[in-house]
Amino acid sequence: MISLSQFINTFTDTVVDVIPIATIIFGFQIAVLRKPVANLHQVILGFFYVILGLSLFLLGLELALFPLGETMAKQLTAPEFLYSFKDDITETLSWIDYYWVYLFAFAIGFSTTIAEPSLIAVAIKANQVSGGAIGVNGLRIAVALGVAIGISLGSYRIVVGDPIHYYIMGGYVVVIIQTHFAPKLIVPLAYDSGGVTTSTVTVPLVTALGLGLASQVPGRNPVIDGFGLVAFASLFPIISVMAYAQITQWLNSRASSKENDNAL
Amino acid sequence: MKAVIALFKAMLGSFRDLLPIVFVIAFFQFIVLQEPLPNIFSILLGLFFVVLGLTFFIFGLNMGLFPIGESMAQSFARKGSLFWLILFAFCLGFATTIAEPALTAVANEAAKVAAEGGVIPQTIEQMDGYANGLRVTVALSVGLAIVLGVVRILKGWPIHIMIIGGYIGVVVLTWFAPETIIGIAYDSGGVTTSTITVPLVTALGIGLASSIKGRNPMVDGFGLIAFASLLPMIFVMLYGMVLS
Repeated sequence: MISLSQFINTFTDTVVDVIPIATIIFGFQIAVLRKPVANLHQVILGFFYVILGLSLFLLGLELALFPLGETMAKQLTAPEFLYSFKDDITETLSWIDYYWVYLFAFAIGFSTTIAEPSLIAVAIKANQVSGGAIGVNGLRIAVALGVAIGISLGSYRIVVGDPIHYYIMGGYVVVIIQTHFAPKLIVPLAYDSGGVTTSTVTVPLVTALGLGLASQVPGRNPVIDGFGLVAFASLFPIISVMAYAQITQWLNSRASSKENDNAL
Repeated sequence: MKAVIALFKAMLGSFRDLLPIVFVIAFFQFIVLQEPLPNIFSILLGLFFVVLGLTFFIFGLNMGLFPIGESMAQSFARKGSLFWLILFAFCLGFATTIAEPALTAVANEAAKVAAEGGVIPQTIEQMDGYANGLRVTVALSVGLAIVLGVVRILKGWPIHIMIIGGYIGVVVLTWFAPETIIGIAYDSGGVTTSTITVPLVTALGIGLASSIKGRNPMVDGFGLIAFASLLPMIFVMLYGMVLS
């Protein structure tokens, strides 16, 4: 049974994380800007809510999700599970036999990104700044799809053992090409969405999956091949967010050209 | 009464955010792996905590983090002192990264890899030194990244040229960096930006862009996080090259 002490531990850990940030903010506010904070009570209460919320969130993940998700990642990559679909156990496994792993990677990447608090924060801001043109959920789904594709591709890479930098460089080339064609307003937001995807929820599960895969697939070294999934998860959302904007733009222009046709 | 309804509504929203995870876990546990849930009570309790936590987090975001980030950006813009703004940007990036638990975990892992690869002697002292050096390197790079991003907003430089330039830097360094550090370097970009840093830094950027004449918050306000995930990759590879 979880105890109060566990909650207190998580809570103090979060407070310790926030202390340097709070020191800098209030230090600069008092010493450099020399202005009282507007609505100080509200801001302090807000900080308290953030700390309380994050602690509860982490504790809940620790209780409900992480142990199960990590066991799952291990079980799905274990040879016993993979061979249970094979008639002939002398056959060696090819990359295609890991299809449940790719599907798991996709599903867990998508679902954890939807719940990622920092992505929610950026989506709220983007929605405000764009005057509602960028939907909170639309952006989140676009990013989550990017993470999902990135992590399943990253799992495939661990299974086949390709060098990571070819994939990352290939991704860069796509990003550069898209930057030329995507609507200018979305580009900075798309670049940002690569960094926001991978925090509290996604990183622990994705790391467990990477390490599980790298230690089970013959010929892989967990300390070298286990890394890199986070990099995939931060590159592909850039592509998917720009693609989302491009598709929206294309649909809009098609709709408006149709309207023009009708008008004529 | 109104507050209770608002809280309940917010919690319902958070629960919706969590539903995909519940589906995925249930599908793989029952249908693919065909196993029962190990401890249903603690899982339900955990889910309740997650929903409650997400709700509080979003409340706090709108009450505390967003307003303070934006009001500070505006005060800095009005004060007009470039020095203090840059110092603030650097401190914010450095301090939030050096304390980041995910970074500590990655740095320790990286020290293990380096010791096994024979880059450093396999002693605890050496490994601790390597891990600490890595953490400071990443924190420095995030501090510089936020500074660079802030200067970009002030000057209105186009972001894509800077980011593509950074990509070229990453690609070039990948050729020269020791193979063992590459995966870690690529990952370090993703782990630096924590849940509290992201909203603050975003609010800072948007606040700056909206209080400077001629800047568009949408075009110029975003992008700080992109720098904070790109520069660590470059710095970690440099760190690996210097030490090998």
